[in-house]
Amino acid sequence: MRRERVPVAVAVLAAIGAAFFILPLLGLIVRSPWGDAVKALTAPETVEALKLSLAASLSATAIALILGVPLAWVFARVEFRGRNLLRALTTLPMVLPPVVGGIALLLAFGRRGLVGSWLDSTFGITLPFTTVGVVMAETFVAMPFLIITVEAGLRSMDRRYEEAARTLGARRWTVFTRVTLPLIGPSLFAGAVLCWARALGEFGATITFAGNFPGVTQTMPLAVYLLLESNQEASYILSLVLLVISLGVLVTLRHRWLGSA
Amino acid sequence: MSNRISALICVAVLVCACGGNGGPPETTGLSGSISVFAAASLTESAKALGTSFQAAHPGATVQLNFAGSPTLVTQIEQGASADLFASADTTNMNKLQADGFTVGTPRVFAHNTLEIVVAAGNPKGISGLADLAKPGVIYITAAATVPAGKYALQILASAGVKATPRSLETDVKSVVSKIELGEADAGIVYVTDVKAAGSKVTGVPIPDSVNVIATYPMVAVKRTKNSSLGNAFISYVLSPDGQAILQSFGFLPAS
Repeated sequence: MRRERVPVAVAVLAAIGAAFFILPLLGLIVRSPWGDAVKALTAPETVEALKLSLAASLSATAIALILGVPLAWVFARVEFRGRNLLRALTTLPMVLPPVVGGIALLLAFGRRGLVGSWLDSTFGITLPFTTVGVVMAETFVAMPFLIITVEAGLRSMDRRYEEAARTLGARRWTVFTRVTLPLIGPSLFAGAVLCWARALGEFGATITFAGNFPGVTQTMPLAVYLLLESNQEASYILSLVLLVISLGVLVTLRHRWLGSA
Repeated sequence: MSNRISALICVAVLVCACGGNGGPPETTGLSGSISVFAAASLTESAKALGTSFQAAHPGATVQLNFAGSPTLVTQIEQGASADLFASADTTNMNKLQADGFTVGTPRVFAHNTLEIVVAAGNPKGISGLADLAKPGVIYITAAATVPAGKYALQILASAGVKATPRSLETDVKSVVSKIELGEADAGIVYVTDVKAAGSKVTGVPIPDSVNVIATYPMVAVKRTKNSSLGNAFISYVLSPDGQAILQSFGFLPAS
């Protein structure tokens, strides 16, 4: 690649832009009480929040795969009226403030919600203040990342392989599982990882819809927020844990997506 | 708008200056703006106090920031530009003071008591604290770091009731809103919160023998840039007018 001379103004602005991202991270690293790191990480509340966060975010990712891949397939392959509108609706949570998502979930699945009141009266199931509620909030906010990534993968893949398989007599399901899925493997992986990372970091919809109780609905981001009021050093350490995970996700995806650029 | 105000202020200053040294100046120099960091339970009352203070002092602006008291302490300690801090307990006030972020002595400006909040009309028939522990009753409270949550724990302990909350909310107003939404059946909040929510919720009294009297202190923040306006606001809140406003929202008098 030819080396481009960087104009001074661009370099200065780019440096300010980069510093804007790096300084907060540096702040976390510098101010974290490294001596107490082990104590903070092994505290029972931390372990509880970490376990809950992992379980809930992985469940959310699994649900997103089960429901999101078919949705992505429909968006990529089926022409129908209102497709763009439906796609916009299913990716809305990406730009919606998560708190608004939480309120919307309450109005649909809360005890007096559209569906929730029926669930409560018929089955005695209430979703707010439960771990299931956490998974729902996380799925709501994170699944769009999987949908758009997988849809992009489906659109950019070479469909001639599918057609060849069909002409050779493979059933549609076989084509999907043996040809399509392997071909979009990288997008599927990237979408799932992005979705998982977003679910892991979910805060607004979770605290609004599922509330906050240790071991049941208090995920890592909620624990960080509450620790900021009672034990700031511990909240810095937990923030760093989330930061390292997020960074790891991005680095992994870089390699998968762009090779090692 | 602000140009006109600053022009007026200039005129006022000139008039005072021309008035010479004889006698006190016409204006007290109360202008500019202060930001008051107030406990969530003060939401309605502090807004009313701010509005009437501004009416009495044209040119002065009172900006309000509401959150749970510990959140406010964190915000101030992390450098938020606050001029006054109004806490819903002495613990959070003492913390800010001990950490060296205040100036002067905190002044107690109100008291409050607590009540059980239930959905309008009390559909679950909750008649007292013991009902909070009943199976099938979803009880929620503010987190123990928040004054209202701490008071709720104290009340339950002195009543000998073991109620397990389903959620620890970040401030007392979120407890009320979850009750209004119908997601939870009961919570322990301030009498003033129940009053502020109007017909959307019902309050069930807590006996005086186990109830807590919450103390609300207010103090100037060390880095304040407008201490004269801040002090004037504290004096106003403690004045008969200010106290009358607080009592109209259900608070108990400062002294």
